[in-house]
Amino acid sequence: MSALLSVSDAHVSYGKVEAVRSVSLDVADNEIVTIIGANGAGKTTLLNAIMGVLPLKGTTAFAGMDMAALDIEDRVAAGLSLVPEHRELFGTMNVEDNLLLGAFRIPKATAAQSFERVYALFPRLKERRKQLAGTLSGGEQQMLAMGRALMGAPKLLMLDEPSLGLAPIIVADIFRTIGELRAAGVSVLLIEQNAQAALKIADRAYVMELGEFILSGSASDIASNQRVAASYLGFQHEGASEI
Amino acid sequence: MNTTIMLFLLQDGITNGAIYALLGLALVLVFAVTRVILIPQGEFVTFGALSYAVLATGKVPGTAWLALAMGAAAFALDLFDARRSLRLKRILRSLALNIALPAAILALTYGLAGPRTPIAVNIALSLLIVAAIGLFLYRIAFQPLAHTSVLVLLIASVGCHLALQGLGLVFFGAEGLRGPALSSAALTIGPLRFTGQSLAVYGLTIAFIVALWLFFGFTLMGKALRATAVNRLGARLVGIRTTLSGQIAFLLASLIGAISGILIVPITTLYYDTGFLIGLKGFIAAIIGGLVSYPLTAVAALIVGSVEAFSSFYASNFKEVIVFTLILPVLVLRSLAAPAVEEEKD
Amino acid sequence: MKQRTPLLIFALVMAAIPFIPGIPPFWIVLLNNIGLAALVAMGLVLLTGVGGLTSFGQAAFCGFGAYTTAVLTTAYGVSPWLTLPLSLLVSGIAAVLLGIITVRLSGHYLPLGTIAWGIGLFYLFSKLEFLGRNDGISGIPPLSIGNFRMLDPGTIYFAIWIGVLVSALLTMNLLDSRTGRAIRALRRGHIAGEAFGVQTPRAKLLVFVYAAVLAGLSGWLYAHFQRAANPTPFGAHAGIEYLFIAVVGGAGYVWGAVLGAGIVVILKEILQSYLPYVFGGQSQLETIVFGILLVVLLQLAPTGVWPWLTARLPLKPARKEPDTSLPLAKRERAPASAGTLLQIEKARKQFGGVIAVNDVSFDVQAREIVALIGPNGAGKSTTFNLITGVLTTTGGTISVLGHKVDNAPPQEVVKLGVARTFQHVKLVPDMTVLENVAIGAHLRGSSGAISSMFRLDRADEAKLLAEAARQIERVGLGDQIDQLAGSLSLGQQRIVEIARALCVDPLLLLLDEPAAGLRHMEKQRLAALLRQLRDGGMSVLLVEHDMGFVMDLADRVVVLDFGTKIAEGTPAAIKTNPDVIKAYLGATA
Repeated sequence: MSALLSVSDAHVSYGKVEAVRSVSLDVADNEIVTIIGANGAGKTTLLNAIMGVLPLKGTTAFAGMDMAALDIEDRVAAGLSLVPEHRELFGTMNVEDNLLLGAFRIPKATAAQSFERVYALFPRLKERRKQLAGTLSGGEQQMLAMGRALMGAPKLLMLDEPSLGLAPIIVADIFRTIGELRAAGVSVLLIEQNAQAALKIADRAYVMELGEFILSGSASDIASNQRVAASYLGFQHEGASEI
Repeated sequence: MNTTIMLFLLQDGITNGAIYALLGLALVLVFAVTRVILIPQGEFVTFGALSYAVLATGKVPGTAWLALAMGAAAFALDLFDARRSLRLKRILRSLALNIALPAAILALTYGLAGPRTPIAVNIALSLLIVAAIGLFLYRIAFQPLAHTSVLVLLIASVGCHLALQGLGLVFFGAEGLRGPALSSAALTIGPLRFTGQSLAVYGLTIAFIVALWLFFGFTLMGKALRATAVNRLGARLVGIRTTLSGQIAFLLASLIGAISGILIVPITTLYYDTGFLIGLKGFIAAIIGGLVSYPLTAVAALIVGSVEAFSSFYASNFKEVIVFTLILPVLVLRSLAAPAVEEEKD
Repeated sequence: MKQRTPLLIFALVMAAIPFIPGIPPFWIVLLNNIGLAALVAMGLVLLTGVGGLTSFGQAAFCGFGAYTTAVLTTAYGVSPWLTLPLSLLVSGIAAVLLGIITVRLSGHYLPLGTIAWGIGLFYLFSKLEFLGRNDGISGIPPLSIGNFRMLDPGTIYFAIWIGVLVSALLTMNLLDSRTGRAIRALRRGHIAGEAFGVQTPRAKLLVFVYAAVLAGLSGWLYAHFQRAANPTPFGAHAGIEYLFIAVVGGAGYVWGAVLGAGIVVILKEILQSYLPYVFGGQSQLETIVFGILLVVLLQLAPTGVWPWLTARLPLKPARKEPDTSLPLAKRERAPASAGTLLQIEKARKQFGGVIAVNDVSFDVQAREIVALIGPNGAGKSTTFNLITGVLTTTGGTISVLGHKVDNAPPQEVVKLGVARTFQHVKLVPDMTVLENVAIGAHLRGSSGAISSMFRLDRADEAKLLAEAARQIERVGLGDQIDQLAGSLSLGQQRIVEIARALCVDPLLLLLDEPAAGLRHMEKQRLAALLRQLRDGGMSVLLVEHDMGFVMDLADRVVVLDFGTKIAEGTPAAIKTNPDVIKAYLGATA
């Protein structure tokens, strides 16, 4: 099986600090893959480097193309999309314009279909389409960020901490939607601190610590791994805490 | 106070103010999209005006050659950037934009320039030349600095201003020039006489403001430019090239500058270094507009123009002092109204 | 004293240069120009590079210095030495007047504002009758000591370079002090400094005036060097050039100003004298080349030449080893009674039509850990900002130990013993951990700018650094004490912020998402530290998303949603509260 995204021996540095060391991963078609790990483990750095926001040493191939020479905009056109940690919405523009710009790189006719698809996935966005993005609630902003990314009809959607700062109850909603994306033919690479929720919807998982992958495997195997349970899941389960 | 004098001064102020408004709009546009405070805007004005004036005498202005030279430099930079992955298509595209285009403009200028060339053709040629210069200026000077701070961009901007102003002296000499009027029509209402020239100034200013409003409000490219201004990373993540946005912003700014120059050169004699001062007054309007608001900038420009007209009548020696210190009360007001919370971004 | 050795060598070399046999007098003139430019640029280093306030108008302050002495010595026959303090005073007063208006501006308004008044003042100089209009004033007497008149460039050289070296020394002393840290913190925004009692407008005005006085000194020297003053060297282009010098040398480095001045002055000289030969006498070519070189230089080295140079030299900055045995007096404060520490009653904050905090009431008792939870945008950080005076309330009251603090400035709130950390870390990345933490002890020191410049602050300074070092040990970052704050991981930076807050010697600690970015073990260590602080008599109010962490640590939990308090109680009660489950936790928690 040829992977949709394949990263091998990736290194990412900020100045002298190497934040990601010798990481290899792949994502297949119609697959949901998650990278879990504490904040600061290098997950966001890795995702940004795959997108081309940060320089990456190593090889990355997407849909059979070597991405080394491509910049962010080319990668977007190739079908790779990132929903960044801070969402990076166009705050002073309305929801509809934000979505419209999400379809900047695809033909106008396709954009109309994208609108329908995104509004079907997030009916709340349709209700608020004339509202400025900056005035939306945190959960709605996350939906808009995902919607904007989906407007460009990506093959692979990379999500950086979609649950960050949202009420646990909205998080459940967001994760349900991520699960639905697979049915729409979109692969997902998901980064989460909320390991429990991520492992529930993912097919496969990588565990990252101090810039390196220390474990990988099917999501269910990872979820039942002793070490993972102790460092990442234990704290999420209430009542399970030992201190 | 004499009403006629007052009306006359007001008319003068509004005509100048309209020009400052155009320049202020261009400055706001460029700043919002690229974070560059465009000091060489004044050079776009002089280059446009003086190229037009030189063309009117039937000669080819040196700016046409400058466009080609800058295009060559831009092409060299493109080649250098692409040295790791030389792709024919990319090189050909760069060759077409950076070499073929300015060469064609130069050839066209040589072909069309002459003592009997119609005014409209001369205007079109001047605009083409200056627009190309603006486009290449972004590529050469600012695109490589796109990731740096506003301060570094500002100083680079000053460097461009110095270089272009020096080139202006080489091309046009130290003597001032005037260009032929766009139309000789005139209209008299009460004590006021409106020349075709001043009507053209009003008309074009309004047309430009409306066009910018339509462009930014209703076209995908206009919205993409706004998006770049609001959130650069966000724009890149949806595939909007910030370099493309920057090029468009500089193209528009150089066009606006050149048009402003062509509009005023029949009214006043322009020297190679006049543009700087004119640009700075547009600048004051832009600052008053907070570098974000187009309508506020336009209104501020009209005020700047009027204050200038009145102070040149009542205290001509201190005209510039008054215009430039006009900004202080505005800054005080702005600082009083400044929000208490700083933005979380740096 | 190791730090002083390079300075001493540099001073000796500069002193020896005029005595080199056969040195062309013209070189001395160049060195004079370099010194004059370096003085102005040094002010800009402090103002722009360190303080983050960009000014294009410095040339105008040179003008104030030069014209003051020009007028007084020619029209009134005052001795040049008497006009020195007057020149500095006039530049300083002008800076105070312009500064009061300008330094309050944020972002890009400030540089733009300086361009505008810079040009305005230039036209003023060239139009005023008593300043000789465009022709200026000539026949200014030379500086003289007794019968020795500094007529030629070789003698005033010493006056200029003594000025440069003394200014450099004073500037470096100033930067390495309590006031210096406050100045260095300016660039990262005013909120962090103010939360620890720094009067930011005053600190900004201080650097603005300092830079103007250095420019005034340069102007005074210039007037007596040229023996004439006219408006041209004080115009917009000169102002731009000074800024260019600072950036080329490396804005942020005192010696970068001297280096930058050397590079730019010599470059201009070479261009002016050789270009006409190369291009057959075309005038103005040097401006073109100068402008192009400027852009090229910025593209190649946007941070300036000095840092580029020092990175390649084996010079290591001297390490400060704070003596942690030095005690720092506790803050004076009201006796910590077992009563209510923080009382919030119907606090309300509206931004335009949006209600961010909607009549929220809760309190924090002494020796208590209270957690504030809720989704992003629920008003948690806004509540923090209301308590600490960053924002003013729209309604309601907030009191600390019975003192009403709603609408009190942050500097007053911290005096009551309320210290905080920030959701988005606000450290100065290019300062060490020690220096960053020492800002927390700002109010516990008293040395001002003048005493710092003359090194009269050392005893006070040593105590502040000792306290900072102790707090860094306490939070477990002793190994990172000399690292630059920006080189730490985000999680560690949050801990540095806690150490900085502890330096206040607080009664109440406000922590905004302290555990974000920490790993499991680090979170446990943090929880232990917070418990220990509580048991030592401190109270903690924290915002946190990690429910496990919160429920384990807090004595009481307050839940906010859409700016409204929806529940309050013990962790156990909150976990089972139906409203909280419905609005926030959901069924799965």
